[in-house]
Amino acid sequence: MAIKTDPPASAKLPPDPAGVQPPRHEEGIAVTVPWHRTPENRATLLGIAMFTPAVLFIAVLIGVPFVLAFVYAFTDVKVGSIESHYVGLENFRSILQSPSFKKALVNSFIFTIISQVLVIVGATILSVALKDRFRGRGFVRFLILLPWVAPISLGAIGWKWILDSLYSVINWVLVVLHFYKPYSAPMWLGEPHLAMASVILVHTWRLLPFSTVIMLAGLTAIPKDIPEAAEVDGAGFWRTLFQITIPMMLPIIMVAVLFGIIFTFTDMTVVYVLTAGGPYDSTQVLPSLAFFTGILAGDLSQGAAISLFLVPIMVAVTYVMLRLAHKSEIA
Amino acid sequence: MQRGRVRIFGYEVARWAVLAVFAILLAFPFYWMFITTFKQTLDLYTLQNNPFRFNMSPTLEHLKLLFQQTKYMVWVTNTAIVGGIVVGITLVLALPAAYALTRLTGRWGQRVGMAIFLTYLVPPTLLFIPLSRVIAILGLQDTIWAVVLVYPTFTVPFSIWLLMGFFKSIPRELEDAAMVDGLTRLGAFVKLVIPISLSGILTVVIFTFTLVTQEFVYALTFISTENSQLISVGVPTFLVRGDVYYWGSLMAACLIASVPIAILYNLFLDRFIAGFTVGAVK
Amino acid sequence: MAVVETRKLTKVFKEGELGAVNDVNLETREGEFLVFLGPSGSGKTTLLRMIAGLEIPTAGEIRIGGRVVTHLTPRERRIAMVFQSYALYPHLSVYNNISFPLKAQKVPRQLHKQKVEWASGLLGIAHLLQRKPRELSGGERQRVALARAIVREPLVFLLDEPLSNLDAKLRASAREELELFHKRVGTTTIYVTHDQVEAMAMGDRVMVLHNGFVRQLGTPREVYDTPADTFVATFLGSPPMNLLENDDFIVGFRPEHLLPVEIAPNPAISFRLKVKVTEYLGAEWILYGTVTGGKFDGKEVISRLPSAASFEADKTFQFGVREPDLHYFDRQSEKRTQPKVLTWQ
Repeated sequence: MAIKTDPPASAKLPPDPAGVQPPRHEEGIAVTVPWHRTPENRATLLGIAMFTPAVLFIAVLIGVPFVLAFVYAFTDVKVGSIESHYVGLENFRSILQSPSFKKALVNSFIFTIISQVLVIVGATILSVALKDRFRGRGFVRFLILLPWVAPISLGAIGWKWILDSLYSVINWVLVVLHFYKPYSAPMWLGEPHLAMASVILVHTWRLLPFSTVIMLAGLTAIPKDIPEAAEVDGAGFWRTLFQITIPMMLPIIMVAVLFGIIFTFTDMTVVYVLTAGGPYDSTQVLPSLAFFTGILAGDLSQGAAISLFLVPIMVAVTYVMLRLAHKSEIA
Repeated sequence: MQRGRVRIFGYEVARWAVLAVFAILLAFPFYWMFITTFKQTLDLYTLQNNPFRFNMSPTLEHLKLLFQQTKYMVWVTNTAIVGGIVVGITLVLALPAAYALTRLTGRWGQRVGMAIFLTYLVPPTLLFIPLSRVIAILGLQDTIWAVVLVYPTFTVPFSIWLLMGFFKSIPRELEDAAMVDGLTRLGAFVKLVIPISLSGILTVVIFTFTLVTQEFVYALTFISTENSQLISVGVPTFLVRGDVYYWGSLMAACLIASVPIAILYNLFLDRFIAGFTVGAVK
Repeated sequence: MAVVETRKLTKVFKEGELGAVNDVNLETREGEFLVFLGPSGSGKTTLLRMIAGLEIPTAGEIRIGGRVVTHLTPRERRIAMVFQSYALYPHLSVYNNISFPLKAQKVPRQLHKQKVEWASGLLGIAHLLQRKPRELSGGERQRVALARAIVREPLVFLLDEPLSNLDAKLRASAREELELFHKRVGTTTIYVTHDQVEAMAMGDRVMVLHNGFVRQLGTPREVYDTPADTFVATFLGSPPMNLLENDDFIVGFRPEHLLPVEIAPNPAISFRLKVKVTEYLGAEWILYGTVTGGKFDGKEVISRLPSAASFEADKTFQFGVREPDLHYFDRQSEKRTQPKVLTWQ
């Protein structure tokens, strides 16, 4: 059988002008390389060099204060104090007896839970409505994102004006619709339960866009043929939504919830700007109480003790997030 | 026969209704800021007037007050400076770190990346008390340098996580090809990976800047003088004279600070989501 | 009564442009395995989706089981569909995947277990009922998808390239399973593919589509031995049919019919073939060469021979094609025509 092409005319090496002979096989020399110069290890060393500045920065500026928070909680340090003494559980004893603290603890949970429930329900509805492309979608998304993008304090101030005791636009509408007589419309920020509702409202308002965006990402990650298969199988809109779409989005809903919990539970800005904790501490939360106690009143150690109560939530959320991440890696 | 068409029409109507309700609820405060900014004071404080429209002609007096009689522009400048410097610090720290954790360190690198991301969850409202003392000891109290130092603690973890997502989507073969062509690893990083990721880097810049403008707790804690304050704290604190709120100027301040950022943010959101989903869903 | 019928079915996506599907008329035969075959963009998937109810036709009518279903939702059509990715619900067990259509159609609860067991037994997956889709192999997933399709006893199965996502080895065994399944169950099936080997192997009839038009509808033998136009002629069969232009018509012959005159005496046409490249495939030779001399000098042709023969490249041999193996196509319309007089010298 003839071969397709002839081999090149010469199978020898081209003539060598420099006169340097290439090494012949039998004379191979093994080269030893120190461990830190092998390609893999060099890459790893370079990697370590590249991330060390960031890690160091974070370790110092987050790790150290984190430890200090614990240290302060067990001492009597105040703003301006030169030395401090160990006082054991004194700080904790006194805050656990304070009614402000108890209220703040309860409020932190109430505000977080209620607002998160509202946010999840709202974000689910909104993300389903936003899923398909349509004209004007970009503009609608712009409007919807405004609460999340605007600085928290500025959005809160906006609401403060809307909820103003005299000039609230909501009250104006309510009066015009004859739900209330003039000057007897609700004092949104002046009456304890209404104030709590207002804080919850602002938290919900602020987090709704964020959760919607996250859920939208989860929604669009569902392959197109799954809802089509459900349609062919005979499922209508609601069945597909509740039995197929939402269960498939559960991991991402969890992510949105976890972030929402952290952002709401540990936030002091909304309360500080809207009500400053009032009226009469009825809207106080742990972070704002820590601020008032530790910074404004100068009792650093008590403030630190109060803020330590944020740690359990932090740890719980972190743990759940890690479990979720681990699960999604196996799946 | 037309049932299919009617059904689809019904869904469209429902969707627009839902969107309208939500969009109005969410965007209304900004409309309110807008109309308050331009309404004359008398108009604002006359209860009988319909608040939804201009009963007297619009005015620029609140804006004038804001720019001429308050330190608003000082705060804007401060925020811009702090934002710029923090973005710089963040990029310098986060870019190499994200690359290293994605490419150079294998499985345990991923874990370190996750750990770094988790520090983002450590709340400022826990760290601010010890940090206030640290800042005082360092003598940075009441200067913008206090926040310049502390802000990267949350922008860096966030940016590392975002950048890791972007880097993961670049095929390894590109860098391998570059190294075969003669570049070192570092060279490949600087000359190849960074230029390719420019849009991702830009996204990180925008989001970092947004985080800086939104921050409240640290700025409130470390800075008390008007001249060194940032927008986010300056507006609710110093635009209130005694117990009197100058709502017109206040709303103007909020509007000006919120809308441009929102526009920028929206432009980059799709890229952000792409980076985020690449990172999360392997 | 045909299970699936379409009349003048058309789908236009962009106004003013040619439709993705144009004027398709079809009638299925009882229990047949009908294949929609064509390259990407030929409209075969759009056609299937219109029959399923996932796309709304621009014009035309669809009937399933005698009822006009053109504007009905998929759930009202008594069809079942298997998607390219199988579209198994990842969060549900195999049992719940299969029973989902029963729940959706409000079949009484007591009957669920029995039907699921019947369907899973038919496909040999009864032992997998408690698993989740991600724990299954590719072949097992196909079986679950089929079980889910059959559990409602639909009038017609619609399959959208279910084998394309499988690797080559798996594809062969999955294909065999599908064929056995169809034999056992006997439901009318419409199967979409771009792979002409699959179409020929599995189809009772093949409908060849190109640019949204039906080029030919016939048995595998019909579309292979008597292609209706040059597209069908070159799409089926690999390597494709040789086409030579002669005046106002085109003459075609398949590579396996272009043989050395020693093997095929008395050819209707014959010419000298200079062999350029040879490929030895084990069972056969593929020869790529050019015609030398005569009217078609320089034209490139392909020949296919049993491997017993031996050939050298760059040599010239006398090849020929016998009369019954010649195909004639009109040059303008590209459609099949009567045999013509050939002047090839």
